[in-house]
Amino acid sequence: MSQVGALHAAVDPVESPLTPESWGKLGMWIFLAGDAMSFGALLAGYGALRYGSADWPLPSSVLGVGLTAFMTFLLICSSVTMVLALAAIQRGDQQGLRRFLSLTVLGGLLFLGLQAYEWTHLIHEGLTLTGNPFGAVLFGTTFFIITGFHGAHVTGGVIYLSCYLVQALRKRLDRGSANAIEIAALYWHFVDLVWILVFTFVYLL
Amino acid sequence: MTSTHKQPNYIGVFWWLLALTILEVGAIFLPIARLLIGILLVGMAMSKAALVAMYFMHLKFERRTMGWIAITPLVLCVLLVFALLPDLSATPHRSTARPQAPVAPH
Repeated sequence: MSQVGALHAAVDPVESPLTPESWGKLGMWIFLAGDAMSFGALLAGYGALRYGSADWPLPSSVLGVGLTAFMTFLLICSSVTMVLALAAIQRGDQQGLRRFLSLTVLGGLLFLGLQAYEWTHLIHEGLTLTGNPFGAVLFGTTFFIITGFHGAHVTGGVIYLSCYLVQALRKRLDRGSANAIEIAALYWHFVDLVWILVFTFVYLL
Repeated sequence: MTSTHKQPNYIGVFWWLLALTILEVGAIFLPIARLLIGILLVGMAMSKAALVAMYFMHLKFERRTMGWIAITPLVLCVLLVFALLPDLSATPHRSTARPQAPVAPH
């Protein structure tokens, strides 16, 4: 064995400062940190553009705050059902996993449906990527880019969770699958967390 | 998360998130300065994000290294805002073109 190999073999994986149990989970956290930077850059850019504009409309007077507050509520509910799905598979409760995972996917689909409704309504009112009757042109551009980027993440999450739901319905998941479900749950909670920030910065502020 | 730690009170966290969301929506109608409303909203949004990360994403029960990974983008975003400050100090502009003042003939 080479000297490097001998050194690595001497490190007990359990004592690793990075991850005690799951490299997959560590990988997901690193991916989410990178993704958070993308959203952070979009929101910081939004702030700079808005601050530099003299005719930026007040978002709460143009966008439907009531509807998006309900969408926030939906995503929070789907996060709760996701943790309950994880808790179920950790107990070996397959029926609970199926029930809560279905509700989580349903929450994501409802969110996407409401976002499509919101976009359609706003486009009919004249809010587009290239212009709008409310003020600054970039108001529409930033709105669609930020909410669209988040919507793409929700779509990805729904597909991701649906793959596990299909496996759960085929009874292919058991207590040993808890780590994989937890990694998927991390992604779903991140989507919820980002929406909390988008809701505040794009709709309420 | 390890399966060895005690499971958090998920429903309790849900009620907190719901209450903060309702307070956020109510805050935009408060008859106070926009700056104060902004500070309130950002504070509540950060609290909600922290609740999701700590309890739903189980960061509270993870090793500290995971916490460092999670906090890194936040630090970088704060640095990004500072990097954008020179642009923020520019004069606010209107996106629609306004008529130019006639140029005096030489």
